[in-house]
Amino acid sequence: MNYTIPTVDWSLVLPFALVALTGIVALIIETAHPKRDNGLIIGVSLTGLAATFVLLLTQLVLPPARTFGNMVLRDQFSVLLQLICVAATAVCFMFSDGYLREKKIAFGEFYPLTLWALSGAMVMVSTDNLLMLFVGLEILSIALYCLAGMSRSEARSEESALKYFLLGAFASAFLLYGIAFLFGASGSMSLPDIQKAVTGLTRDTLPMPVFGVMLVLVGLGFKASLVPFHQWTPDVYQGAPTNVTAFMAAVSKVAAFGALARVLVAAAPLHQYWFEALYWIAIATMCIGNLVALVQKDVKRALGYSSIAHAGYLLVALLAYTRDPDKVSLGTTVFYLIGYAAMTVGAFAVVSLAAKGDRDGSRYQDLHGLYRRAPFATVMLVLFLSSLIGIPPTVGFFGKQLIFLDALRTGLVPLAIVLAVNSAVSAYYYLQIMVAAFVSEEGAARPVSRKPGAGMTIGVCVCAAGVIFASLLGGYVQETTRTAALQAKPVPGRVQNQMEVINR
Amino acid sequence: MDWLIALRDGTGPLGQWGPIVLGVIRVLLFVVPILTLVPGLIWWERRLLSWMQDRIGPNRTGTITFPESFPLAGLRGKKVRTFGLLQPIADGVKLFFKEDATPAAVDRLVYFTAPAVALFPAFALGGTLPIASLRYPFEAAGSGIFAFFTPVANVDIGILYVLAISSLGVYGVVLAGYASNNKYSLMGGLRASAQLISYELAMAMSLACVVMASGSMKIPDIVAFQEGPLWGFVNGVQNWAIFTPYGLVAAVIFVICMIAETNRAPFDLPEAENELIAGYHTEYSSMKFAVFFMGEYAAMFVFSGVFAAVFLGGANLMPFRWEQLSSDFPAMAGLFRGLAYANYWLGPVAFLAKQAAGITFFIWLRATLPRLRYDQLMNLGWKSLLPMGVANFIVVGLWVVCTQMFGPAGGFASLLGAFVVLFVLYTNLVGAAKTSTPGIQKRGIKMVDPTPQGVTMVDPNKV
Amino acid sequence: MSASEIGFLALALLAVIGAAGVVLIDNPVRSALCLVLNFFVLGFIYFTLGAPMIGITQIMVYAGAIMVLFLFVIMMLKRQGAMAKPDKPDSRLGLAVVLGLALAVTVYATVIAPQGVTLPLGIKDYGTPQAVGVSLFTNFVWPFEVVSVLLLVGIVGSIMLAKRRI
Repeated sequence: MNYTIPTVDWSLVLPFALVALTGIVALIIETAHPKRDNGLIIGVSLTGLAATFVLLLTQLVLPPARTFGNMVLRDQFSVLLQLICVAATAVCFMFSDGYLREKKIAFGEFYPLTLWALSGAMVMVSTDNLLMLFVGLEILSIALYCLAGMSRSEARSEESALKYFLLGAFASAFLLYGIAFLFGASGSMSLPDIQKAVTGLTRDTLPMPVFGVMLVLVGLGFKASLVPFHQWTPDVYQGAPTNVTAFMAAVSKVAAFGALARVLVAAAPLHQYWFEALYWIAIATMCIGNLVALVQKDVKRALGYSSIAHAGYLLVALLAYTRDPDKVSLGTTVFYLIGYAAMTVGAFAVVSLAAKGDRDGSRYQDLHGLYRRAPFATVMLVLFLSSLIGIPPTVGFFGKQLIFLDALRTGLVPLAIVLAVNSAVSAYYYLQIMVAAFVSEEGAARPVSRKPGAGMTIGVCVCAAGVIFASLLGGYVQETTRTAALQAKPVPGRVQNQMEVINR
Repeated sequence: MDWLIALRDGTGPLGQWGPIVLGVIRVLLFVVPILTLVPGLIWWERRLLSWMQDRIGPNRTGTITFPESFPLAGLRGKKVRTFGLLQPIADGVKLFFKEDATPAAVDRLVYFTAPAVALFPAFALGGTLPIASLRYPFEAAGSGIFAFFTPVANVDIGILYVLAISSLGVYGVVLAGYASNNKYSLMGGLRASAQLISYELAMAMSLACVVMASGSMKIPDIVAFQEGPLWGFVNGVQNWAIFTPYGLVAAVIFVICMIAETNRAPFDLPEAENELIAGYHTEYSSMKFAVFFMGEYAAMFVFSGVFAAVFLGGANLMPFRWEQLSSDFPAMAGLFRGLAYANYWLGPVAFLAKQAAGITFFIWLRATLPRLRYDQLMNLGWKSLLPMGVANFIVVGLWVVCTQMFGPAGGFASLLGAFVVLFVLYTNLVGAAKTSTPGIQKRGIKMVDPTPQGVTMVDPNKV
Repeated sequence: MSASEIGFLALALLAVIGAAGVVLIDNPVRSALCLVLNFFVLGFIYFTLGAPMIGITQIMVYAGAIMVLFLFVIMMLKRQGAMAKPDKPDSRLGLAVVLGLALAVTVYATVIAPQGVTLPLGIKDYGTPQAVGVSLFTNFVWPFEVVSVLLLVGIVGSIMLAKRRI
């Protein structure tokens, strides 16, 4: 049998390998010293993450490259998204120990599993091959199913794990079915190849890739919690341990939107078929996310709905980019993801302080008295929440501003208006959370018992720095992703040709 | 041979039906011996067991005493003994005519399907097994007349086929256990499913070792690999897998797994008679029971064949490379040539003899070993055999790499050296560990002194 | 119809019967057995397409290992035959049937009808163990390696969820 062994550029997969190996080392430590202090595991994990972060920073300036038979792609977009994921995971680790200890679920396995989940997310964002995308998604998802059910004594945690697992498996099936359709239509799982293949299709052969793209969008829409596929989000966010929720909210969303961006770019020749659908999905996602959040009684649930709303904002940015890639840049999405990760992880970190005993205590009244116990953390919570609302000068404001301008520039005026209105509406429930944290604890059923540890303080500070100073990065991110953007650019100009083909 | 080629290629008098007819002939040549030999096996098992247990066993059925009025004068009043060889036939007749009782609350469809499902894999298992040499001596591969008649299907996935079909063997047992609507049956079925899944993995690892060494999953190719020079450099002797270090380990693992897969003692937990009555076939009577019985013996027979083909050099009578010897020693070339042809034509007999030896081993184990406890069974499978199989797999990988790098002799020497170094290191380290912390001894058995004065504890470290 | 078409149709029919049985039969054990039938027949469909490796893997892994575990769990959980049925028929069932038929018709009308149906044919030798091995270790070596992390996650995660104490 004749074959050639492909050449390999190891630097492209080094970040992934570093994270996965750190996970293995962490697991070995756990195996060697079970039931001990998890300090060593956390130290090793954070060191590994720091090394990965530095490594990725050095790769930020390198030109785009592919390796392993085009299975791995490194461009500025993928490196930036990986940086966000790594940083968010590090912050999660910083505040996890105290929280897990308080809830008496200090499994040493949490750290390796989370690291592997992170490696799955990194695989997902650093490829434009649907096969790798699926494998990465499964690594991320399966680790998250287990982590969501980590608090085994709580029925809610088990429920969230089961719900997430069943619905996630269902969504994965959609994704796979879509990949199969796309493979059938183009003979390749590589997105650039698919893009090439679908540009020259006739009326008879067109439905197959359209079907495929739709099904892939369903699968990724589930991960990104876009509206018709969002029902799992509040339940899982509420039931999962808060540090897992923070990880899920940040990393999972970054990975899902990274994958969504690549798929939409590749599907740009079929623009006219999916654009309308995603347009309405974006509107529904923003509105439903914010409106349902208004009536919530639980902080984590409210933040879950808020993450749905933010997914809607992000979708607007993506839609604007795919509509006219010359006028706007994918940098908006990346920039918003940076800000979103910082503020949401920070918010969940502070909320995790409300846990007492083996219960999560995430109702609004459980936050009462937080200001007395943890004044610094509470002030930071205010910062994160105002960023989530979009109050200047936080990163949330600049992110929304960029999306708003992008939408206006590309003629998506209705989306811009819906976005602005929703931002105003969302202020109500974010303010409710803020108020709850400042109400004094007299009469509160379950006062906060724990003082924030050093890890919590550092983690919250990192997030706060992200929320305040990330705005300075806006220009850089826009510029980097614009100049050395994805290798495959969307070509919506072809839509006209497609129309001709269809009308023929 | 020409008409056989025509038959195979569909150009003979039978036209395109030729290959199908040839296929049916192949199947019959494989299945008929099993079917005819199963009664003999039962007799052999009972006789051998009774001999090992110092009793007589069935030796009467078939003994004919001729009357004084018998026409042939020489036989009048004489007894003709057949050592009870007709006992299985009597058993068969009995099983056919017994009442076929079906309990009322069984899941009827599954209950009646289960025996068939149990029998199917036992026969189908040998579909890729060559029962004779495919190569005529001094000629190219596939030149012998046997190549037309065996194996039933010479496909690329031979070993995987064996594994796949053997993993289906559990369904008969599980379904019988479920459908019988009986606690004991159900427990037998549950035990069987857990047991078979556990041992399937170790079996796959042990077969994978041989596959990696021989570089093919086709069983005829594996046999051909074993006909090469021993360890790659001893020219006159065949390289039977069991003669190689990794092959020996794999063979031990395979034998244990094979016993577990066929639910034979000491792994017969699914039918443990003193715990579960008769396990999964408690509710089966008459021929349905006989079908289970037949399936078990057929599986033993075919698994012995797999072992013979993969580890014992297939249809070679003796582990000598007669063709090589005849060129190495021209003085005795005639003798060696003759032996080579004899080896070829006696191939099926040799294969059958190896299968018989395998079955005798099964029976010997049954007479020797007590049944394992369930947790011991699981521990053996998951904690001993599977890690051992994986370690062995790594060793085979190293072996292949070293052979490619240093040649056969150099590779063998380097691996041997590495093994000696590791062994010395291991024994020293374990010795050091033992002297420093006698952890195992500390937790050791409490020995009881049965003196009339009372029970006293004895420190096992001082005994 | 050629012999291979008849073979394919027969196998496909069996597979569909198995799949329908999984959904329609109330008894969980029988339903699982129908799934076994489906997997087994699917393996044979792969054989007819010239992909013996994936066919045998299908039988070994799905029919031989995974379904045995399914049966094991079903038999452990519930002894009695049929699952408890709801008192009145589920109103969503009709909707599900209608939507499923609608999807089938849409797929047929938009994808299958315009392109026509051809008998699936494999390329020669593309599914042999050698071919599969070569592609696993050349073009697909990275996904192959990354999947090992997936398996590790599965093992560690399930142990974390199942072990008794911290």
